Amino acid sequence: MEAQEDLIPTTVAEPASVLRWRTMLAVPGAAAATFGVHLLIAKSEPPLESHSYRLLFGEVIAVSIVLALMRRFFPRLRQWMARMWPVFTAAILFLCVWDVITLGFRLLPLPYFPGPSSVLRSLINDRVLLLDSTWHSLVLLLSGYTVGVIAGLISGICIGWSSPIRYWGMPILKVVGPIPATAWIPLAMVLSPSAIVSSAALIALAVWFPVTMLTASGISNTRASYLDVARTLGAGRGYLIFRVAIPAAIPNIFIGLFMGLGASFLTLVVAESVGVKSGLGWYVSWAQGWAEYAKVFAALIIMAAFFSTIMTLLFKVRDRVLVWQKGVIKW
Amino acid sequence: MVAVAEAEACSLIVRDLRKSFPAPDDPFSRRQVLDGVSFSLAAGELVSLIGPSGCGKSTLLRLIAGLEPSDAGDLLVGSDPITAPNAERGLVFQDPNLFPWLTVRRNIQAGLVARGVLREKKEEVDEFMRLVGLEIFANVYPHHLSGGMAQRAALARALINHPKVLLLDEPLGALDAFTRMRMQDEVLRLWQARRTTMLLVTHDIDEAIYMSDRIMIMTPRPGRIARTIPIALARPRQRSSEDFLRLRSDILNFLHFAGKA
Repeated sequence: MEAQEDLIPTTVAEPASVLRWRTMLAVPGAAAATFGVHLLIAKSEPPLESHSYRLLFGEVIAVSIVLALMRRFFPRLRQWMARMWPVFTAAILFLCVWDVITLGFRLLPLPYFPGPSSVLRSLINDRVLLLDSTWHSLVLLLSGYTVGVIAGLISGICIGWSSPIRYWGMPILKVVGPIPATAWIPLAMVLSPSAIVSSAALIALAVWFPVTMLTASGISNTRASYLDVARTLGAGRGYLIFRVAIPAAIPNIFIGLFMGLGASFLTLVVAESVGVKSGLGWYVSWAQGWAEYAKVFAALIIMAAFFSTIMTLLFKVRDRVLVWQKGVIKW
Repeated sequence: MVAVAEAEACSLIVRDLRKSFPAPDDPFSRRQVLDGVSFSLAAGELVSLIGPSGCGKSTLLRLIAGLEPSDAGDLLVGSDPITAPNAERGLVFQDPNLFPWLTVRRNIQAGLVARGVLREKKEEVDEFMRLVGLEIFANVYPHHLSGGMAQRAALARALINHPKVLLLDEPLGALDAFTRMRMQDEVLRLWQARRTTMLLVTHDIDEAIYMSDRIMIMTPRPGRIARTIPIALARPRQRSSEDFLRLRSDILNFLHFAGKA
């Protein structure tokens, strides 16, 4: 469809504005439909149960209409809306389908699969504990990740640069690295008095392996001619390592950082649901223990937002650091 | 500035240089790449080294740069033996090899940073950027440069250290014919401005005749300097003058025979 329209630009102009209006109306339309469907389904439910859910859709409809009216004056807003509105519409329709499947036809076993309205209610009612859990997860994640990254960079640079260290270090890395960090949990609990410290150490271990591996390969694959040029420019060892080999390895290092971040999420959640008495992982297993599955879903939603925000931040950092690699000029 | 550079420019002496590498097909035998190479460069001279590929031209340059040890023979800059790479012998490759993570300006000043003298010589960076005409590209990353501009930046980066000898390993080999001819004039201009001793490896006979004071022809297996031809033509040279063409056919003939022998 789009490709065809691109081929004939003259005929696009007229339908494009119609299309744009259709896109603009999609969000309030979908919200209204979801709202209506919910009213039909939730007739038998106590009104308190879905009050906030209805409020949410009232707000979505209002905000989307206001934005649709304002977009004429803000070109950036217009671009953003054109890009994001189809996704938002799909998300709202997803809520509608979820509502119909769970609350409407009760197709899924009920205590385990609550409807979106009760998840939203848990999200709001339990916000203090959820926020506190998120904070604890963040502290634990960041402390483990930072230690793991620093250790991984140091060992990766040493292994990548020096062949004696590579000779002795690689076997250790090859044997110890692939063990999932979570497999160390029984040992870690015995070794450390504090569950927090041992969890942070496990996260660090999970991050350390991919960061070391990718840093080492990046450093040792530095183009030999860069090093040759630097030598003939009078570079000493410090310059060769820190100003040639490490910058050349940065794209690789970032791949390691991303892999390490994924591993750290996994280890964090497992460690929290096994040993640590705080954080989102703990919250999930605690809510499960009370069979409050609406809270489980609420925590999953928070986790999704939390982890993807951290991932996005790392992407932003990478884009800043690797401007030289991109096709566009940025400064 | 020019006077200082002239006093610093110093002759290179290569005496009976030998180098062999393990043969790729047979680990127990060695292949003699350079077998008794001898020549010397006077201060401020521009000499070309031509020969078929695989005759050891690049190996010779790497040995002079100090990037690899020789098996036997003497390598001297002035009276100092060459033991390791340093800033007094600059090297420019066919690929400009600019550091992609540094802007043009930071690439050009890399040698000053590496030697820890950036603070004293800050204004030279501007001077060299002007010399190669890249002032307006100072803050651009290398992947935005054309091949010719990137090679000019690489030349400035090598020259900023005021090397006693500049080694050029087919520096214009990857450029298209027109850019290459423009860049030949550019290199000559830099050479005349700075009077740096230059050793130019090329496989382009026209380029060698157009640019150099002398041409050394190498033959392969084992690599030796088979013949040295002084080029007495006045500068700037005419690429299609009679003398130019006569030299060209002489060299072609020689290489032809050398190839058959």
